[in-house]
Amino acid sequence: MRWFFTVAALLFAALAQANDVGQIKNLTGTVHVERDGQRLAAKPGMGVRQADVLVTGSDSSVGVTFLDNSLLSLGPSSTLAIDHYSFDSTTHVGRFDSSLKRGTLAGVSGRIVKQSPEAMRVRTPSSVMAVRGTDFVVRVGADAQ
Amino acid sequence: MGAVLIGALVVLAVVLGRQTTPDDLIAVLPSADGHTGSVVVERDGERTLLDKTYAASRSGEPGAGWLTDQEVRESFATALAAVPVRPAFFLLYFETATDQLTEESKGQLSQMFAEITRRPSPDILVIGHTDRVGNDEENDRLSRMRAERVKGDLVAQGIPANRILASGRGEREPIVPTADGVDEPRNRRVEINVR
Repeated sequence: MRWFFTVAALLFAALAQANDVGQIKNLTGTVHVERDGQRLAAKPGMGVRQADVLVTGSDSSVGVTFLDNSLLSLGPSSTLAIDHYSFDSTTHVGRFDSSLKRGTLAGVSGRIVKQSPEAMRVRTPSSVMAVRGTDFVVRVGADAQ
Repeated sequence: MGAVLIGALVVLAVVLGRQTTPDDLIAVLPSADGHTGSVVVERDGERTLLDKTYAASRSGEPGAGWLTDQEVRESFATALAAVPVRPAFFLLYFETATDQLTEESKGQLSQMFAEITRRPSPDILVIGHTDRVGNDEENDRLSRMRAERVKGDLVAQGIPANRILASGRGEREPIVPTADGVDEPRNRRVEINVR
């Protein structure tokens, strides 16, 4: 029976990796990933998937590198939803939509935007930003940090 | 009386609306390479292009304004400090028809290793390529061998194998386009993306 669980765990690990669209590279303080109704404690090396919501506590931060080499990081008391992520590693065609619900975000665009300008978008509660290849910052709420 | 009541309700609705939608701020920063790109912000049906360093768009303020130094420090210092180490790229070249690195490329391995080890949680993509000597099938195999050879060298230096994804693209993606059968050293390469 034990071998069955080992095989199942290995299969699950392989599948999990296939779904990853990015990876947590660094974090400070307390960071969670909300996924499928669960609240997972984030740690460096952990995969990030489409539909994940990243949540940082006060005095916390997290940095994520995505498959197309775009980078996003969150400051304290921030919530970011990964709404859509697709990327073809051969053609570099893709689309990256996320929503900052509160807090602060810093970003660097990657290959998706190089191939298709404006294919990376960040929403806030009152606006939508399309990135044409640059470094940028977004804040939602006046007293973030 | 009715008009006053409606007026009061409209004012109340506006005040409540302001409270439920938090203020926001979007701004362009200089890139690590010094070049400034742009973003387009759509807000209340209006599109604003931000194409200068520190150009900013704010809720409640039409058009473009500026991000202040104070805001960079007070609002974004922690987020900016958390941006992951920028991805790094390397090209290593091979002797003809082999998985042997050229002498010059062997000298680059230590620099690549340093880029990997300065990252707390690295992942590495290794993509092998060939020139257009030989048939497609042989070149697919050779490109994979080259990628696996580089992966093996990194694993031998202590990088965990599960952090490295090696694959081969054969002769499909030459850097220098050539006729079939041409022995072009710049196409005999692996591309490495450290991130």
